[in-house]
Amino acid sequence: MSKRYVQRSPFSRKKFVIDALIDVDLEIAPKCMTALVGESGCGKSTLASCLVMLERPDRGGIWFEGNEVSRCDAAELAVLRPRLQMVFQDSAGALNPRFTAGQIVAEPLEIQGGESAKNLRSRAGELMEEVGLSADWIDRRPLEFSGGQRQRLAIARAIALKPAFLVLDESLSGLDLSTQAQILNLLLDLKTVHSLTYLLISHDLSLVGQIAEFVAVMHQGRIVEQGTRQEIFGQPQHAHTRDLLNSCRVMESAFHTAGGRS
Amino acid sequence: MKYLERRVIHAVLLLVGVSVLCFLFSDLAPGSFFDEMKLNPQISAETVAALRSQYGLDQPLPVRYGRWVKSAVRGDWGYSLAYHSPVRSLLLVRARNTLLLTALATLLAWLIAIPVGVWIASRSGKWEDRLTLAGTSVLLSVPELVVTLGLLYWVVRTHVLPAGGMISVGFDELGLWGKFRDLAAHLAIPVGVLVLAGLPVLLRHVRASMVEVLKSPFMQAARGHGIGRFRLLFRYALPAAANPLISLLGLSVAGLLSGSLLVEVIMGWPGLGPLLLEASVSRDIYVVVGAVMASTFFMILGSFLADVMLVVIDPRVRVE
Repeated sequence: MSKRYVQRSPFSRKKFVIDALIDVDLEIAPKCMTALVGESGCGKSTLASCLVMLERPDRGGIWFEGNEVSRCDAAELAVLRPRLQMVFQDSAGALNPRFTAGQIVAEPLEIQGGESAKNLRSRAGELMEEVGLSADWIDRRPLEFSGGQRQRLAIARAIALKPAFLVLDESLSGLDLSTQAQILNLLLDLKTVHSLTYLLISHDLSLVGQIAEFVAVMHQGRIVEQGTRQEIFGQPQHAHTRDLLNSCRVMESAFHTAGGRS
Repeated sequence: MKYLERRVIHAVLLLVGVSVLCFLFSDLAPGSFFDEMKLNPQISAETVAALRSQYGLDQPLPVRYGRWVKSAVRGDWGYSLAYHSPVRSLLLVRARNTLLLTALATLLAWLIAIPVGVWIASRSGKWEDRLTLAGTSVLLSVPELVVTLGLLYWVVRTHVLPAGGMISVGFDELGLWGKFRDLAAHLAIPVGVLVLAGLPVLLRHVRASMVEVLKSPFMQAARGHGIGRFRLLFRYALPAAANPLISLLGLSVAGLLSGSLLVEVIMGWPGLGPLLLEASVSRDIYVVVGAVMASTFFMILGSFLADVMLVVIDPRVRVE
């Protein structure tokens, strides 16, 4: 599938054309964690937006549980949306700063409708407990939480509708290592409990190397290589994958040398 | 409560400061109300001097200011030399007429700006958005004066609406419905001009703050949960975009008394505009001071209202 952005200038006929996705062909194994890696601006987030139907591809399609999602009309989408959820990178921006934690977590339930206000509140409390937050904090606002706690809130919101597929768009970036590990463990637990399928978008190769079952490598709008983690990390076929892995190793060794000297 | 007290004290101090400056500046301006009489050969210099002392204009500035403060506290707000009446009763009638005009225009402008601004923000970059933006650019760059004169020209040619004034001759004989229709017909053009003048600024602000909010990840998240378009725009995005708009609303209130002076003068609307113009030209200084004080009062009221609304609408302000 492909996605092209066109920006017209109001003062000239020149158009700026960006081909964000070019003939992307990606298969995501159910109930597994697939990682999508690639450098900044290679189209990872565009692909994520298309997968959860925030954007529509220009050509090609997206299939989910046998339905062609990209062809669905509004009514069919309304049924599908709860099954496809996303956790964003910037947890501070992804949570409405005017809402309380309870309102945020219950937001998807409320949008989908059919629950009383009292039920919503108790459901919100349960969801908060499930992601390791105290239900006593239900009336706090996002700014009163730490970065890791906010990301937990975002995850609670994403699983509120019991989705089957969760896109984690750089959800672990910007957190310190120990918080990252805690959130990661939470995600892995939830995956088993709810039999979730993950697409983890990341530029952190060492993280991907530890937890992903499948890896896809993106470069300038194309998927250049995909396979199991062992295949990609063991025998990288594409030059770009080798570059990525090498740069990662160079960084690590530089880090070690610097650490040894001090 | 403490906060409210502080605000009130602040407001009173501000009003005192403005009144002092007002007196100083009107004293710096050359000439006085009775100067024109000096040119009249039929009025002797003694008569003019007697009139000056009768109205206390021969006194030094601090004494005049003190007398004015006394009269203001009494509720008269000084004495109009041209109308031979206390300034307050003069201003009240005029301010009522001005408020009728400006409140209607401001209300209309906001009622148009919010839905249209939200709509074009949701169509940002599309042809509807660009067309509206181009329209606001045109409106912004055409002076109010030109718009008024253009409409006046059209009215004079076609006679569909009255070309000035507030009521027709024989207004008192009309029934209630007739009075309403007559007033509405006279209001149409000045209100129209004021709406056209105020709308582009409001529209652009509503659009800009909505575009900003719609880009934020939490709006994307809400869309991902399957929120309806109308609900997303008006229940989620609009409250999040409201803070700058509330400040703008405060400015709208602040301009209620002073925003329509030019239009009133051209359209012969018996509001504060023509009164202020006459009073400035003839150095009827207490009327000028009174009108400036009334505008200042609305300015303070506007910013106060904006602050209160901010606390009501944004929960974060309450926490802090």
